[in-house]
Amino acid sequence: MNKKASIDFNQMPDAHGHFGPYGGRFVSETLIYALDELESIYRSLKDDPEFQAQFDYDLAHYVGRPSPLYFAERWTRETGGAKLFLKREDLNHTGAHKINNTIGQALLAKHTGKQRVIAETGAGQHGVATATVAARLGLECHVFMGEEDIQRQSLNVYRMKLLGATVVPVTSGSRTLKDAMNEALRDWVTNVDDTFYIIGTCAGPHPYPELVRNFQSVIGREARQQSLAQTGKLPDALVACVGGGSNAIGLFHPFLADESVAMYGVEAGGFGLGTGKHAAPLNDGIPGVLHGNRTYLMEDENGQIIETHSISAGLDYPGVGPEHAWLKDIGRVKYVAIDDDEAMDAFRHLTRIEGIMPALESSHAIAYAEKLARQMDPDQTIVVNLSGRGDKDILTVAEIDGITL
Amino acid sequence: MNRIKQRFEVLKQQGRKALIPYIVLGDPAADVTLPVMHALVEQGADILELGVPFSDPTAEGPVIQKAHERALAHGSSLRDALTLVKQFRETNAATPVILMGYANPIERLGYQHFIELALDAGIDGVLTVDLPPEEAGEFNQQLGEAGIENIFLLAPTSSDKRQKMVAEMAGGFIYYVSLKGVTGAGNLDVVSVKQHVDHIRTLTDLPVCVGFGIKDGASARAVADLSDGVVVGSVLVSKMAELAACGEASPRAFSQAVSSLVAEMRDALDN
Repeated sequence: MNKKASIDFNQMPDAHGHFGPYGGRFVSETLIYALDELESIYRSLKDDPEFQAQFDYDLAHYVGRPSPLYFAERWTRETGGAKLFLKREDLNHTGAHKINNTIGQALLAKHTGKQRVIAETGAGQHGVATATVAARLGLECHVFMGEEDIQRQSLNVYRMKLLGATVVPVTSGSRTLKDAMNEALRDWVTNVDDTFYIIGTCAGPHPYPELVRNFQSVIGREARQQSLAQTGKLPDALVACVGGGSNAIGLFHPFLADESVAMYGVEAGGFGLGTGKHAAPLNDGIPGVLHGNRTYLMEDENGQIIETHSISAGLDYPGVGPEHAWLKDIGRVKYVAIDDDEAMDAFRHLTRIEGIMPALESSHAIAYAEKLARQMDPDQTIVVNLSGRGDKDILTVAEIDGITL
Repeated sequence: MNRIKQRFEVLKQQGRKALIPYIVLGDPAADVTLPVMHALVEQGADILELGVPFSDPTAEGPVIQKAHERALAHGSSLRDALTLVKQFRETNAATPVILMGYANPIERLGYQHFIELALDAGIDGVLTVDLPPEEAGEFNQQLGEAGIENIFLLAPTSSDKRQKMVAEMAGGFIYYVSLKGVTGAGNLDVVSVKQHVDHIRTLTDLPVCVGFGIKDGASARAVADLSDGVVVGSVLVSKMAELAACGEASPRAFSQAVSSLVAEMRDALDN
């Protein structure tokens, strides 16, 4: 734990994209060129004031940032304990944090002059956010989505189509998010000359984990300022759900050097950690190599990636961003799990007492924050990332209730 | 001496080109692979490349992806590959065997443990698709100490700097991927292949073999004229898939099917 004090979190990853033993660029030779090209474009624009100004402008006027930091007074009172604040990423255009990253990557794409963007999607939120920016910039957009997820998220599939995107069903492997990512990588390597791959989370080969984190860090920067302005101090704890982990790293990163701020990443416990049917590699997986990076994975004894389970499609992924793997090992962030039932309870509870319907992904963070708050004092504060709104999940919830809409 | 090196020396003396067929372990059934390996050798294969099934084969096109899925459906694993090659060695001590696969199954065994088992089985080389030179340092060193060749890919898009880096680290031969994209895609551009292979030859004394896009005797010959050998994968695997789809189960039928394809290519390479 003492190591932490001397770490400059802004200097991570290293030049080859490593966060300690994690991250890196584990891809076929055929993909290296595309990644080198992306890295060099990103390096040239990252600190370019004009690029940054365009990004900020789009976030303010198109996305609607800053998103509010909302003191959930009734939720706090009924929970008892620390004050609970919600970082309202659900109020962003398209209803989740995903758009912060797609705005950033679309600006990179525009700079390359490539006319076609591709994306992978699980729940469909990243697909919608990509289709949205593609529509705005007049780019051709192909979204790869597992056949299984297309069934589960029909509403988002139709949204993407309305936005002009082509949704490509993925029928290989387990037909979910991980296979959609495989297919997007295959498309990219084949069409690299005219195609930009917009990855939706802080995983994948270097430089994706770094650039997605940097685009999403606007969440944490705002939350930091808003906490100081509203409470006169930094929060005592941060809570965010972790699938690939982009909303969590976006909230956490600007606070990593603030030792007084405790951080909790909440993975999908599915049917329970003991059952093996979950999506919690940081809690119950081991390090391995998938999708271009070394990180914690859900795999069998032969090193094959196994199918995961979560009630929330957006957390249903067998890996996790490599920076989270590293933050776990150095002890800076604690990773916990919330199961399907606890997440459902939190979904219903927040909806009824605050009039805010959280995405099932974010409901995992809500459920854990409630447990945490009870163990803390009333003068302490917790910021929970409400990463997306729950409208997209209404069909899933209705089905659980035995209702056909 | 390593069998791969030996084989290329013999081929060079004879003025012949290497024919390197690729099949996936356990595709479509566990008892098919060993007889097919022997059949490939009988028809003139110089080196065998055995694909190790992985749940997420991101560099493969649909044909080889499906082969991985068929093999995984009955639980084929890296351990099975090692056991199988050991069996192959009971009756064939001369033909080099390369394992081609992805990093995670190897990492799961542990590099050192994998290498011990590979030596015991009689594996001559490995090609780990998602372990480029930047990430391969430790594994490469351990393979080198064990005398197992570490084979690397080069692509049309590989920069000059990378070609040098790969040439320095690589063993066995350089596997030049003749196309952008995944396995089994597109058509061959012979002029471009020649330019690239000629350039790679200025960087290394290793043999250069070409894969991706070789479909028949004519394309094999065209590419072999420019290089030291050809790797043939998707066309064999898709023939096996056809049989599997018809419900064929006899290992003999699979052996016969690939034999005629490989014999045609051998003939085209030698005459």
